[in-house]
Amino acid sequence: MLPLELDQLTFGVNGTPIINGISAKIEAGPRTIILGPNGAGKSVLMRLCHGLLEPTAGRVIWHGARNVDVHRRQAMVFQRPVMLRRSALANVVYGLKLAGKSSRESELRAMDVLEVVGLEKQAQRPARVLSGGEQQRLALARAWALGPDVLFLDEPTANLDPASAHDIENIVNTIHASGTKIIMTTHNLGQARRLGDEILFISNGRLMEHTPIDRFFKEPASVEAAAFIKGELPWH
Amino acid sequence: MTGLGEAFAAAWALVVGLDSGLAGIVLLSLQVSLSAALIATLIGLPLGAAIAVERFPGRQVLIVMLNALMGLPPVVVGLLIYLLLSRAGPLGSLGILFTPQAMVIAQTVLIIPIIAALSRQTIEDAWREYSEQLRSLGARRFRAGMTLIWDTRFSLLTIVLAGFGRAAAEVGAVMIVGGNIDGVTRVMTTTIALETSKGDLPLALGLGIVLITLVIVLNALAAVIREVAQRRYG
Amino acid sequence: MALSRRNVIQGAMAALAMLGLSQGSAFAQQNFITVASTTSTEQSGLFKHLLPVFEKKTGTQVRVVALGTGQALDMARRGDADVVFVHDKVAEEKFVADGFGVRRFEVMYNDFVLVGPKADPAKIAGSKDITDAYKKIAAAGAPFASRGDKSGTHAAELRLWKDAGVDPATGKGGWYRETGSGMGPTLNTASAMNDYSFTDRGTWLSFKNRGDLVIVVEGDQKLFNQYGVMLVNPAKHPHVKKDLGQAFVDWVISPEGQQTIAAYKIGTDQLFFPNAKR
Repeated sequence: MLPLELDQLTFGVNGTPIINGISAKIEAGPRTIILGPNGAGKSVLMRLCHGLLEPTAGRVIWHGARNVDVHRRQAMVFQRPVMLRRSALANVVYGLKLAGKSSRESELRAMDVLEVVGLEKQAQRPARVLSGGEQQRLALARAWALGPDVLFLDEPTANLDPASAHDIENIVNTIHASGTKIIMTTHNLGQARRLGDEILFISNGRLMEHTPIDRFFKEPASVEAAAFIKGELPWH
Repeated sequence: MTGLGEAFAAAWALVVGLDSGLAGIVLLSLQVSLSAALIATLIGLPLGAAIAVERFPGRQVLIVMLNALMGLPPVVVGLLIYLLLSRAGPLGSLGILFTPQAMVIAQTVLIIPIIAALSRQTIEDAWREYSEQLRSLGARRFRAGMTLIWDTRFSLLTIVLAGFGRAAAEVGAVMIVGGNIDGVTRVMTTTIALETSKGDLPLALGLGIVLITLVIVLNALAAVIREVAQRRYG
Repeated sequence: MALSRRNVIQGAMAALAMLGLSQGSAFAQQNFITVASTTSTEQSGLFKHLLPVFEKKTGTQVRVVALGTGQALDMARRGDADVVFVHDKVAEEKFVADGFGVRRFEVMYNDFVLVGPKADPAKIAGSKDITDAYKKIAAAGAPFASRGDKSGTHAAELRLWKDAGVDPATGKGGWYRETGSGMGPTLNTASAMNDYSFTDRGTWLSFKNRGDLVIVVEGDQKLFNQYGVMLVNPAKHPHVKKDLGQAFVDWVISPEGQQTIAAYKIGTDQLFFPNAKR
């Protein structure tokens, strides 16, 4: 599927541009973090890439996709997990059956991923009574069970306590290690540092920088990035 | 108030006496209104779900119409179905006027708007919450609609009960298409109307109390089911 | 998972089948006729007494749809009834003349009575002269509750006003009140407001909400209310159950039918007087 190319991607509502002509090429391999202040358009950009929103101008091109249903090869985890009113296992199975797997296959695969994320004991519990952290882990399991080439994550730990956030970060790394491309948004610099290999810095709907992580923090090329880093880290 | 006291006494006497006529009337009332609720749900629920998740020209107009039709006067529905099923009407050869089947048809038509309009609202609210996640997982509109119906099943149960309540309480439609025939199409509400017009007010009120009690019992049952299910599925 | 989707669907199917089946068995019985009659006749309780005798004898179920006379005849004109059993000679004869009825047979008569408050403001209690009583009510402007619903009873009431030389329309909005409803509700209104009212004896005898009302005028020949029975014309409506319907008509005017009618009493009072012509 990858590389993913964004070509003059634009998205506006009632004439107001939220994403304003973003062009970039995202390659397979590195964990990509989309960073930026609140309101910069990170979530909208994710949704454009994943196909949940249609751009008002410009294109989203999956160069590596030949005769492949691009939608089936990607998955997304949202800031607030949305669980169906059924058991944890059933939630994971739901996605698998949508992808055409049999009941038997789905249940086996679902149990496997639940074990990896540490939820095998909650498999039969109603997903909606699980804690926030558990639900987010479940969301990750559900997305990963589908075996996507690309996993989008939209501020997955923004609503979680540090311990749960830590769990999520570990799972993200596990998923990355298994070969899935990670594209994640965050406004948390510490998290970006821990999880990122490269940064796309967005401000006011425009792409300011697309750089490897170390260079970004040492020598931010744009004024906005510098200000952002300064604002977030008090000792800079 | 002596009237009310006599009414309760009459109601008690009816129930304790296990009047076989009353039993038949109650049974028929339940059969007709439950059938209507069931069929109206089978038609109205998918309709509401479809309107909730689809976007098409004229959608807003349809929603307004559906909401308005919730207030259809039962007697008007009765008249329309009567004209359809009368021998002089287009479906007269079916010969089902003045039968319980005609009553089920009339009540079904009466409550389809309620079920469709309210389920549309419920499912649309759920769609707002679920739509991104479901679309991300690859659920197309139809599949998403089905999933939402299942996920909102407890709210939908309340809606079905509301439909049943409306059917069980109405008299205008079943009176006209059923004819209130003794032993054949006489239900609780038409019996109450009959006894009232005969001046037997305590008996009419007594029957009314029996009817209300039945509806309360059914609703209580549904509340219990919802409680248990809520605890199970969250 | 205890309550799976499959369970729910199975449950719904079973319920549907159960409901459908039980109705199906009742409906499978084609051995019935539909009789269009009036609310006052049904409320008198006559049918509960009369019909079981016929049903036992012939095995044919008689389904009575009780409406106002006008509605009953209208229903028969549309072909929704097999037999008509009402009490409005003029309307019935027109029904036959228009070709909707085969032939009109006289069956029985009951009578109308005038009821009114014990206080009797028009001073007519005990009279046997209805036209005179009506004149007195109009003169006194005493409140009067009429059905006003174009029923047979209403038609009879209006004929008597005409005989008395009174136009009750002059009292509309004042002493003359039209309820636009059946006998029972009209009596309810009269009882609540202490009005005079014109009713058939049958409804009065079963009416339980009398309040201060009593019978003030009865026995005048003009108050007799003739019932007729007709088979709906199969030439106009081929689906009419003419054999079963004719059997009912024949039985009602037969000696056995006539005796059964005479035997119907409320308390010790006979309500209907059979007078079928041989």
